[in-house]
Parts: sequence; C-alpha cells; structure tokens
Amino acid sequence: MNYFPDEVLEHVFDFITSHKDRNSVSLVCKSWYKIEKYSRQRVFIGNCYSISPERLIARFPGLKSLTLKGKPHFADFNLVPDDWGGFLYPWIKAMARSRIGLEELRLKRMVVSDESLELLSKSFPNFKSLVLVSCEGFTTDGLAAVAANCRLLRELDLQENEVEDHRGHWLSCFPENCTSLVLLNFACLKGEINLASLERLVARSPNLKSLRLNRAVPFDTLQRLLMRAPQLVDLGTGSYVHDPYSEAYNKLKAAIQSCNSIRSLSGFLEVAPRCMSAVYPVCENLTFLNLSYAAGLQSIELTKLIQYCRKLQRLWILDCIGDKGLGVVASTCKELQELRVFPSDPFDAGNAAVTEEGLVLVSAGCPKLNSLLYFCQQMTNAALITVAKNCTNFIRFRLCILDPIKPDPVTNQPLDEGFGAIVRSCKGLKRLSLSGLLTDQVFYYIGMHAKQLEMLSIAFAGDSDKGMLYVLNGCKKLRKLEIRDCPFGDAALLEDMGKYETMRSLWMSSCEVTLGACKTLAKKMPSLNVEIINESEQTEFNLEDRQKVDKMYLYRTVVGHRKDAPEFVWLL
Amino acid sequence: MSSENGKLLPETDAGGLNFEATELTLGLPGESRVTSDGVAKLGSKRGFSETVDLSLGDNKNTNKFGQSQIDVPEAAKSPVSKAQVVGWPPVRGYAKRRTKSCKYVKVAVDGAPYLRKVDLEMYNTYQQLLTSLEDMFSCFTIRNYLSDKKLDQVNGIEYVPTYEDKDGDWMLVGDVPWQMFVESCKRLRLMKSSEAVGLAPRTPPKCSSAS
Repeated sequence: MNYFPDEVLEHVFDFITSHKDRNSVSLVCKSWYKIEKYSRQRVFIGNCYSISPERLIARFPGLKSLTLKGKPHFADFNLVPDDWGGFLYPWIKAMARSRIGLEELRLKRMVVSDESLELLSKSFPNFKSLVLVSCEGFTTDGLAAVAANCRLLRELDLQENEVEDHRGHWLSCFPENCTSLVLLNFACLKGEINLASLERLVARSPNLKSLRLNRAVPFDTLQRLLMRAPQLVDLGTGSYVHDPYSEAYNKLKAAIQSCNSIRSLSGFLEVAPRCMSAVYPVCENLTFLNLSYAAGLQSIELTKLIQYCRKLQRLWILDCIGDKGLGVVASTCKELQELRVFPSDPFDAGNAAVTEEGLVLVSAGCPKLNSLLYFCQQMTNAALITVAKNCTNFIRFRLCILDPIKPDPVTNQPLDEGFGAIVRSCKGLKRLSLSGLLTDQVFYYIGMHAKQLEMLSIAFAGDSDKGMLYVLNGCKKLRKLEIRDCPFGDAALLEDMGKYETMRSLWMSSCEVTLGACKTLAKKMPSLNVEIINESEQTEFNLEDRQKVDKMYLYRTVVGHRKDAPEFVWLL
Repeated sequence: MSSENGKLLPETDAGGLNFEATELTLGLPGESRVTSDGVAKLGSKRGFSETVDLSLGDNKNTNKFGQSQIDVPEAAKSPVSKAQVVGWPPVRGYAKRRTKSCKYVKVAVDGAPYLRKVDLEMYNTYQQLLTSLEDMFSCFTIRNYLSDKKLDQVNGIEYVPTYEDKDGDWMLVGDVPWQMFVESCKRLRLMKSSEAVGLAPRTPPKCSSAS
C-alpha cells in the first residue's frame, strides 16, 4: 500500500486537520495507522472518562494539544453534585511523567486544582495556551504559577470559571521578560487585581490581540490600556462607569478611536448607559458583540448601539432588548449568523421582555441565521413555522420557554407542530433544545427528520416511552442525549442497548427509569459505564430494583469503571 | 457552579397577578391523562407540579435534596410567590447577569465602634463570607454553625452571624441556600453569642451539602 516514504505521507497527513478525518486515516492500514499515530498532535476527548491518560499517551506519543471535557452538560444547571468527578490532575501527572511536549490545553467542566496548574506550569517548557471553560477548583494561586512558570505563554483564557480569588498578585507573576501574550481573558475573576502590573503587562505585549478584563478594572485604566494596545482585535471591558462629561471620558473616546482593529466587544459588567456613545466608532466593524452581562443597559441604549453594528455576525444580548429591539437587530444586522438572548430575570417569567414576535422578526430580517439560543416568555406554533420557513440553515436551535410546559398561548396546543417544522426545514440541524408543552408527536418528527442531529436536550416533555424510542431509532447521528423530568422508562432505555455504543453519553434524571433496568443495561453492555447519582441517604443496598433512580448518566468507555467516583455515585 | 444543590429561590412576583391564571398545571385544560399509578398527570410522574411548590394551599413543600424548604406560611406572606425547580431555567451564570450586579451590605459587630461593608457577590459560599468577615474583624471569633468548627479563639468572645432579610426579620446566617441568602440579605450583624440565647441552636443545623 505504501508507494511513498513515510515522510511524504506524514506531510500529506499534515493537511488533514479534522479529528474525524484523521481517525479515518488511521483505519486504512497498519502503516498509515503508525504514521498517523506518531504525527498526531491535536487530540479531542469529549468525555474524560472514556479513556485513561495512560492509554492516550501510548496511542499518541506526539501529543501537543489536548481538549478534555468532564462533567455532563446539565452540571451547568446544578444537576450534578460537586465532587462528581472530572479531575484534571491525573492527566497532568501522566503527561508530565511521560515527557509529553504539551503546548495547548483546553478544558471544559473539569475540576482543576491549584496543584494541577502548578504541575502543568513546571512540566511543559513549551506550554503556550491554556483555555478553561466552566471549570472550578482552582484559585488565583494556580494562575500565579502559570503566569510565573510558563515562559512562552501566549493564551490564558478563563471563560466563566468559578475561581476562588485570593486577591494575590497573580498578574504580577508574569516575568518582566514575558512578552509573548496574545490572549488574556480574566473577566470571570471576582477579585481585585494589580492595575499597575496589568498596565505594564499589556505595554510589553506587542502581540496582544484579545484582552478581556474583570469588573475590578476601572474606566480610567481601560483608557490607559487601550492607549498601549491599539492593535486589539477583541476587547472585554471591565467596569464601564464614569461621568460622561469628564476629561477621563474624553480620553477614553480618543483611545477607542485609535483602536480600529476591534472586531469583538464584550464585558460592560458594570455600565453607565450614558457612556456607551464612546464605543459607537467601533461598532461599524464589529462582528461579535456580547452584552449579555450588561444588566445596566435598557432597550433604548441597546438598540441605539446596535443600529451602528451593520456587520455583526454574532450577538449575545439580554432579553430586556425586547421584541422591538430585536426588530432593530433584524433591520440592521443583515450578516447575523448567531443570536443568543439571555433572560435578565429568569425567575420572573411574567416580566420577560421577548416573545415569539422578536424571533420571527429576526428570522425574517437575517437570512444567514444558523445558531440560536433564545429564552422567552412564550412561543407559538405559527411563529416557529414562520421561522422554519425563513431560516433553513439552522445548525443549533435552542429554545427555552421560561415556563417549561407552556402550550401555544394562542391555540392552547402543544408545540409539536412548531418544532416539527423546524426539524423538517433545517436539514443540517445538529443541536436542538426543546421546551414548552410537548407530546410524543414532537419526538416522532425529530426521529423522522432530524437526520443530522448530534445533540438533543429534553425537559418536561413527552407522554410515554414511544417518545424516547422515536429519537433513539431515528436519529442516526445522535451523540449526546440529555433528558430531565420526562415519562421515559425502562422499556425505552433497554430497547436498543447497542445504540449507546454509538453515542458519547446519555443523561436521564427524574424520569421513570428503575434501578433494575440500569443494572440490566450495565450487565449487558460492558463497554458502557452506567452511573447512578444518588444524593439521598439511601445506600445501594437499600434501594430496590423496582425503585426509580433520580439521576442516571451513562457513557461509552474503553477503560471500564473509573476509580475516582465519590460515594454518592454508584457504578453499576 | 459551586453553589449547593437543590437551591430554590422564592420569587416575589410583581403582584397583582391573578394567581389562578399563572398556576402551572400539567395538562391541557379539560384533559386528564392517567398514568399507571392512577395519578392524573400529563408528563412525568415526578412532574413539574411535584417538584415545584406552587399553590398557596398546597402543602407539598419538599424539595428533592431535603434542603431548605419553602414554607407555605412563608409563601403566603408574599402573595404570588413562585418556587423554582432545580436547574430551571437552564441558564448558567444567571446570578452574574442580574440587574443588581454588586451587593454591598453593611456589617455591624456588637461592640465595634464602626461598621464595614462587604460585597456579597464576591463570595460563592458561606464559608468564604465568614472567613472574610473573620479577616475583617480579626480580633473576634465568629461561631461557624455550618461546620460546627470553632474558628481560632483570640479573646474568647464568640459571635453569631445574623442578617436582616427583605422582610425586616433577623435571621441566622446559614439556613438557606447561598444564592437565596444573597438575594434577601439587607445587612449583617455579628451578634454576641451570649445575647443570642434562644436564637442560636445548641446543635448546628443539618446541611446535606457543605457550603
């Protein structure tokens, strides 16, 4: 099979970057497997318990860039107890021991200890990029170690992590000769930082393209930072509060005007609405605008700002923008691809400011729309049908009606037909989240039409096992299924056990599944880990087989039971 | 998020709403579907109405994790208050997006000549808050009821952390889930243990997960 020397094949393989393609390449023949194995640098592990660090290292000894995901998605909504798992340390320890030349680490929903950050910082001399998303377990001391020891650090990206702030001077730990920073995002940190150190760091980082500040960075510091970094492409402000009639404000206005590379804007964690006019000059070139933390801005200010953003491709905003404001988005942002509307007051559904009207307007005005996350007070079938007609390109469609079992308020019908229209029309749909009153019918439509669907999130929906079966049978590309509070039980769970080997994971909580069925599944499918998360006082021995389990999480794995499960997680 | 499980946040509605119109039912009006258990419900047996204490007359006020419960009398006090289900709506970091983005409250200590202020949004757990208060008022001992651990004694006087809530009542710190506390706390007072007779429990309250 080999007409070329290995180096040539290796060079060809360099052009193959997608994980799926590289996996396919390694299946062609033994020699391709070997060449691919030693030349593979980037590895993505969607579930950290599907494989062990040791096997990873044996399989890909040339590993340079690793992506790891830990807790299941519903952990974001407090459905998974702390200490469930997803610990980073064993991975760092194993890679350090095997002298892996790690350069990049991307983590999502992992538990990251200061110890692991410290070990990381000392074990990989070429380490360049650390991206932590929705992680927890570390403090600013861990960050200090990374800052101090990673001499070639280019990216430190902290997105929505829970970080214990020791108010240390972690920023000051970047050595004076560290000039390699390209991306620095510490917006999620709650504590004070050393402003002088920050300014010096930015001043000596000529390659800095992305800077996202936390709330502790005041207005005047922002101005000085912008003066030092006019080359910024992505800016996240900290506190954005000042007197708009002051000298400092005029200085900021001038500073922003010299930043003509900014394409992405976020932050405004504290904001004085009257100061927003300073950013208008930047708006006309923005492709990404994230105002989802700017609770201080009302609809009027938001719409004024958005009217300048003609090139916007991604918009994250709070629902106080209102339906009318979304109308302004629809008429201004013709390039819009992604829209996320977050609830400003998620528990007060009565006051929610967007309805189906806003969504319909955006779908009509923004033909390129392909990704949606929409929290709203209500939705109608008619609106969804219209949206489906207007936008056939949806890849991600996540709708959250704040009252999760609310029917169509006009017809009082379930929303089956509306979602049915979406899956029928959007043939490329990969991710779907449902809400509102839904019967088994919607799952019939999903199984019938959503042939590219990879991830499905269901809550308070369906009537019977049939619903779940439609999905399992019809969605051939399904990878992740997460279900809460639905009447799906043992029959649905056990009908096609082999299906779960084709998926990454299944989460079911507050459904009708019994312990006995979970045990059966675990016994028949050794390639799956079936975990029961049980937070009541009952032990494994007290709970009878016919009793329902509160939370079940199962996933395919090649390494069997994990050894780090806490007491409240039963591995069947 | 490192907050406790099972947190329920009572929400005082704007008021003036017709409660019946806002009451959630599982099922379309006029329809009744019966599960094998004979319970007339649409949807999951442990459906929305079981996990949420909605009706003012309803006495189902257990939550899944045995933690702080919404008392019916409590709900009756604030008319049209809604309880929430764990993890709904599915929005991460909602606390950071709320309109009140920082929450400074006064801290008074019995016997101290002046008050301090702390930003409750700076902390994720009771432990962090109490540790911080201890740093601030370093010559006092704060009795930590959550872990029943006596923090290091310096001058032998113990203090009980209390707070004034939205209703004007003085409450013992630590009973309710952290986020609920942040929402309802107006100010803090470290009360001398000796004065807290009858208020402070002899044994610490049971919390099923450490804050």
